[in-house]
Amino acid sequence: MASDKVKTVTDADFGESVKKGLVLVDFWAEWCAPCRRIAPVVDQLAEQYDGRLTVAKMNVDENPATPPSYMIRGIPTLLLFKDGDLKETVVGLTDRDDLARLIDRHLS
Amino acid sequence: MSTDRQVIIIGSGPAGLTAALYAARANLSPLVIEGFEAGGQLMLTTMVENWPGFRDGIMGPDLMAELRAQASRFGAEIVQGDVTSVDLSKRPFTVNVGGKAFTAQALIIATGASAKWLELGVDKKLSGRGVSTCATCDGFFFKGRPVAVVGGGDTALEEAIYLSKLATHVTVIHRRDTLRASKVMQDKAMATPNISFVWNTEVVDIKDPDKGEVTSLVLRNNLTGETSELAVDGVFIAIGHTPNTSLVKGQVVLEDNGYIRTEKGSRTSVPGVFAAGDVQDHVYRQAVTAAGSGCMAAIDAERFLAGTGH
Repeated sequence: MASDKVKTVTDADFGESVKKGLVLVDFWAEWCAPCRRIAPVVDQLAEQYDGRLTVAKMNVDENPATPPSYMIRGIPTLLLFKDGDLKETVVGLTDRDDLARLIDRHLS
Repeated sequence: MSTDRQVIIIGSGPAGLTAALYAARANLSPLVIEGFEAGGQLMLTTMVENWPGFRDGIMGPDLMAELRAQASRFGAEIVQGDVTSVDLSKRPFTVNVGGKAFTAQALIIATGASAKWLELGVDKKLSGRGVSTCATCDGFFFKGRPVAVVGGGDTALEEAIYLSKLATHVTVIHRRDTLRASKVMQDKAMATPNISFVWNTEVVDIKDPDKGEVTSLVLRNNLTGETSELAVDGVFIAIGHTPNTSLVKGQVVLEDNGYIRTEKGSRTSVPGVFAAGDVQDHVYRQAVTAAGSGCMAAIDAERFLAGTGH
């Protein structure tokens, strides 16, 4: 069960969603096995950083415009934005601690 | 959950889960630490047509879900998490998962193998940007585009056949002039109109890291030395696997090729530590042989524990 602290973003509201603060976006699809494995990690990050980090998910099947604009050619891909600027790109399965370190670096 | 166990199994592919099933049925209440790539390589495949008992085949992830449920049904405890280190210098053995420590009288290593990269450097840099080791994960992004597959084994052809349904064209690049793949897979690939083969050829460079995407491959014919360029938007690497031994390196004896050495069944060089599946098998590497060796490891562990009074 996905955390209710994770919001769903679409092509329509993507730009608006990443404009303010620190935002982590998880690009995923139903058919992607590694995406299912990283999903609980993303949920845990949303709980852990509640109030300091916005965590969002985008389904690449339903949103054809956004993934190509960030040249995403593989999922899971996590993008970290700070006030609208892309700061980090993480491709593939990644350890929760490594992701936390990455987020911490941009929180200060 | 008790952290002091009779048997801990590291890994949850066919080897790990079959070991769990047998150990659970032998009343050893095993703990399985799934690992980051839970379910193993079969989670990244589509139809498995050579698992005995399924005449129409079974999807890899479905097979793993069944195996997992079957092991749980008999009392195997399965936890998420990646083992960070193990201490095999004394019994009970210590298994660290993040900040948590578990101990076990017997240990079964079933950490499997991971896809090999080309060792060009640039291929890792462009990972997720057009370079992939998993067609079922990333093929979606190459709908209506040309792609290449590097390799000549069953995995390479399986990837090529899967991609042929999405991509405009699939070029299979192989460094020899014959395929290692099974006859069935070869026939299937050869009969697919938008799959073609480039023989005796290696990938020497991938362009264009400056653009952050794949635009072409630089190829070298290893008979003539001639180089050429192939324009593709994606390249899928299927040149084999390396065993996941970093946890136990220096603590158990490895073969010269890096796989864990097993003797008399599944025994490693450390009494009480057993190994199963692809981490110790560079010859067969099948789901069913991995499962078989997982069964052997559980039986070996059970006998070892009986012999030591546990």
